[in-house]
Amino acid sequence: MDFAPHTPEEIREMLSAIGVGSIGELFSPIPQALRAKSFDLPPGMSEFEMLDRLKALASRNTDVLPFVGGGYYDHLIPAAVDHLAGRSEFYTAYTPYQPECSQGSLQALYEYQTAICRLTGLDVSNASLYDGGTALAEAALMALRITGRNRLVIDAAVNPFHRAIVKTYLETHPVEVVEVFPEDASTARGALFGEIDDRCAAVLVANPTFLGCVSDYTDLAAKAHENGALLVSAVYPVALGLLKTPGEMDVDIAVGDGQSVGNPLSFGGPAFGFIATKKAYIRNLPGRIVGETDDREGRRGYVLTLQAREQHIKRHKATSNICSNQSLCALRGLIHLSLLGKQGMVELAHQNRDKAEYAKGALTAIRGVTAIAREPSFNEFTLRLPSRAEDAVAALLRRGIAAGVPLAPWYPGSEKDLVITVTEKRSKVEIDRLAQELEKVLWS
Amino acid sequence: MELIYEKSVSGRRGARLPNSDVPPASPLPQRLLRAEAARLPELSELDVVRHFTQLSRRNVGVDNAFYPLGSCTMKYNAKAAEEAARFFTGFHPVPALLLGGEPLVQGSLALLHHMGELLEEITGMDAVTCQPLAGAHGEMTGIMLISAYHKAKGNKKKFVIVPDSSHGTNPASAAMAGYEIVTIPTAPYGDMDLDAFKAALNDEVAAVMMTCPNTLGLFNPHIKEICDLAHEAGALVYYDGANLNAILGQVRPGDVGFDVVHVNLHKTFGTPHGGGGPGSGPVGVKAALAPFLPAPRVVKLDDGTFGVADDTRSSIGRVANFFGNFGIIVRAYAYILMLGREGLVGASELAVLNANYVMSRLKDLYDLPYDQTCMHECVFSASRQLAYGVHAIDIAKYLIDQGYHPPTVYFPMIVREAIMIEPTETESKQTLDAFIAVMREAAELAEKDPEALKRAPLTMPVSRLDETKAARGQHVCHLG
Repeated sequence: MDFAPHTPEEIREMLSAIGVGSIGELFSPIPQALRAKSFDLPPGMSEFEMLDRLKALASRNTDVLPFVGGGYYDHLIPAAVDHLAGRSEFYTAYTPYQPECSQGSLQALYEYQTAICRLTGLDVSNASLYDGGTALAEAALMALRITGRNRLVIDAAVNPFHRAIVKTYLETHPVEVVEVFPEDASTARGALFGEIDDRCAAVLVANPTFLGCVSDYTDLAAKAHENGALLVSAVYPVALGLLKTPGEMDVDIAVGDGQSVGNPLSFGGPAFGFIATKKAYIRNLPGRIVGETDDREGRRGYVLTLQAREQHIKRHKATSNICSNQSLCALRGLIHLSLLGKQGMVELAHQNRDKAEYAKGALTAIRGVTAIAREPSFNEFTLRLPSRAEDAVAALLRRGIAAGVPLAPWYPGSEKDLVITVTEKRSKVEIDRLAQELEKVLWS
Repeated sequence: MELIYEKSVSGRRGARLPNSDVPPASPLPQRLLRAEAARLPELSELDVVRHFTQLSRRNVGVDNAFYPLGSCTMKYNAKAAEEAARFFTGFHPVPALLLGGEPLVQGSLALLHHMGELLEEITGMDAVTCQPLAGAHGEMTGIMLISAYHKAKGNKKKFVIVPDSSHGTNPASAAMAGYEIVTIPTAPYGDMDLDAFKAALNDEVAAVMMTCPNTLGLFNPHIKEICDLAHEAGALVYYDGANLNAILGQVRPGDVGFDVVHVNLHKTFGTPHGGGGPGSGPVGVKAALAPFLPAPRVVKLDDGTFGVADDTRSSIGRVANFFGNFGIIVRAYAYILMLGREGLVGASELAVLNANYVMSRLKDLYDLPYDQTCMHECVFSASRQLAYGVHAIDIAKYLIDQGYHPPTVYFPMIVREAIMIEPTETESKQTLDAFIAVMREAAELAEKDPEALKRAPLTMPVSRLDETKAARGQHVCHLG
C-alpha cells in the first residue's frame, strides 16, 4: 500500500525525459557516507490490516464515565459537525495563501472570528491558535510586548496545565512571574490586587477558574488599567452562553480552549485555542487573521491580512513563531456554534450549570463531603473529602468512573480536594451513580 | 456569498439539546451574567448544512485538484487514516494523568510509544516527544530543549545561525526562545555559504538550524561538515523536518550529526492540512537532550505496560495541554503502518522523480536559478516573464483558472519571482504532463498576451482581491 500511481513503464519514460538512468542517480547529490545507517521499519500492510490493528489498540482503552475536565470537556456534538467538517474540500486544503480558490476556508474563518468576538464581547479575534494553554502563553507574550514591562501576576486558580505552558514559554525571557494561590478553592482577590503595581505587564485570571469559581473581574480590570497593566482572562466558551463577557468586564485579552465547542476529546487533541482582544491591540495579535476586502469587480471577499507581523516578512521580528492555526477545528467550532445558535448556547450553559448544581447537592449530601469555595460555580466545583482525594479517585477509577481531578499535585495543602465536572452529557442516573459510589468508597 | 450571520432569522433553531432530567438550579447573581445572549446565527440544521456545503465548494483541496505547493508537502490523504482516527475520539486525556489511570488508557499510550519508536528509527534519533502541536511549535520546543541543554551545562550562548533560505519560522522560533539571529547568505550553488558560516561560528552560538534538502529543493553536500564544525564550536544542530519527505530511508538526520529534529506529520506522513491546521510536530533528540523533553512523557514499564511520567524536574515543562494532537498522530501512525519500510522509501523516490521530471520539462521556458538535480521540489524564477510585465503571481492565478492550485510563489525570498513546485509522489505522470502543458502555455501567454495572465482568475467566485484594503480596513469581525 503506497498510494503511488507510477507504472514501471512510466518511471522509465520519466527518467529518460530527465536524462538519468535510474531513480538512484537522482539521489547522487547525497554523499554515500551520509546514507542512512538503518531504516528498520515493519513491512507495509493493507488498510484492512491497519484498521484491525488500530481497532485492537483502541480496545485496550477502557471507557470510563467522565466527571473530569482539566480544560477538556465531554460535550454533545451534533452529527452535522462531523459531516460538514468532513468535506474534503475543507480538510485537504492548505493555508489559504491563494484567496480566490480558498474562499470557503477564508469566509468560514471570518465567520469564526466573528463568533469568537460575539461570545467574548471583544472587538477582534484571530483565526485560532493551537490550544487553550498555548493561547494563554501567547496572550502573556502579547501583554509583555504591548506594555514593554516584564512582570506578570497569575492567579494560580488558572488551569495548572496552562500555567505550566506559560512558564515553559517564558523560561527564556527575562520575566518575573508571580503566582497568587487560591484559598479554599477561591481566588485570593486581596492578594491578587496587592500584587498589581506599575511594573506589572498583566494580570492573568480565569473565569470560571480551574477550581470552578465564577467571578466578575471588572474591578480587577480597573485596578490593572490604573497601573498601566492589562487584564488577561481565560474563559470557557460554554460558560459564555451565560456568564458576563470579558468585554463587559473591560478585559484586554481573552483566551480559551475551543475543544468544548464541536471537537471530540480525542485523547487531548486536536482542538483549538482562541484569542480575542480590543481593536487597539490588533497588530500585537499573534497568528493568522482573516480580513474582509473587495475583488476587482467590487465583490466582497476574504484574505489573510496583517501578515507583516508574522514570520513571512518579519522573520526574527515576528509577533510570534506561529505558522499554522487550527483551521479545521475552528471550523468545527463555528459549525457547532451555528447549529446551537443564539438560544441553544444559552440553554447549553443552563443545562451544564443545572446538572453541576444537582451533582453538587447530591455529593455534598454525603457525610464529610463539602463544597468549599466561597464563589458560585458553573459546571465545575471543588469538593473537600474527609480523606485523600487521590485515593478516592483511584478507587472510583477501578469502578469505571473518572470522578474528578484531585488538586494535590498543583495546590499545596489540598490533599483532600478535587474538582468535579458535570456537562450536559451526564444524566441524572449517572450523577446519582457517582454519588452512590463515592459514598461507598468513602464510608464502607 | 452571504455570511452565516446575514442568513440568520430571529427565532430559528438548529440543534436541539436533550430535555434536562434535573431541576433548574437557583440563578446566578445578576452581576455575574452577560447582559444579552451572544448574537450567534439562528438557523435550521438544513440552513447550516447548505451554508457550509456551499462554502466547501469554494475551496480547492488535494481531493479536487493537483496542489503542487512547494515547501509544504500536499500529498494525498489516505481515507483509511481518517477512519482509524475515529476509534480514539471518545477518550478523555485526563484519566491518563490520574493515580491508577494508566491501565485504562493502554491503547493510547501504546500507540504514542510505538509512534515515538518509529520516528526515532526514521530520523535516527534517540528519543521523541509527540507533544508539539505543529511544525513551528516543534521548532520552538527544539530550540527550548537546546537552550535547556546549554543552561544545564553552564554554557553561555547568545546566537542561533540560520541560512537566508530558511523557513521564516526558524528565526522566529529562535527569537522566541531568546536568541539573537545570525543569517548566512546562500552561495551560488544554492547551499549555505560555507565561508560566511565559518566566519559567523563562535562559542556563543547555541545552534545552527538547517533544512536539508533546503527550501531551494537542494541537498547540501557539506551538511556533515557543517554539523562537525558546529559541534567543535560547542553548538548543537537543528534539523527542520519540513522536507523530510525527500529523503526517507536515504538519509537520517541523526546519522549525519543533527542533535534535534522536528517532523511535520502533516507533510511527511500525509495527514490532512485542514485548511491550515491541525498539524503535529513531534521532536526527536539525541540522548544528551532527552532529559529535557516536555512532560508528560509516555514510558514503557518493566512489565511491558505503558505509563505516564509527569516529572518536570529536568524537563522544559509542558508545551501543550496533554499528549499532543493525538488524532493527527493516529493518522500518521496509520499511514506509516500502511506504507511500511518499502512504501516510505518508495514515496521519497517517487517524490524526487516527480519533482525532477517537472523541472526538466519546464527549465527551457522558466529560469532555474539553481540548476541542479533537485530533491522533492524545484524552484523556478519568473524573471524571464517579468520582462513582459508578468509576475509569478499572474502565472499562479492563471493556473487557478486551468484547474490547478498554484505552486508556492515568492518563497524562498532569496529567489526573485520564485515559483516553487512540489508535485509529491502520489501524482501520476498524466497529471504532471497536463500541469506541465499549462505551465508552458502560461510562459507562451506571457510573451504573446500578458494581459490574459493578469486578468486571471476569472473562474472563481471572486477575482483578485485587494489585500491592501483588507490590511487598512481591518474588518476582521462582522458587526452586522
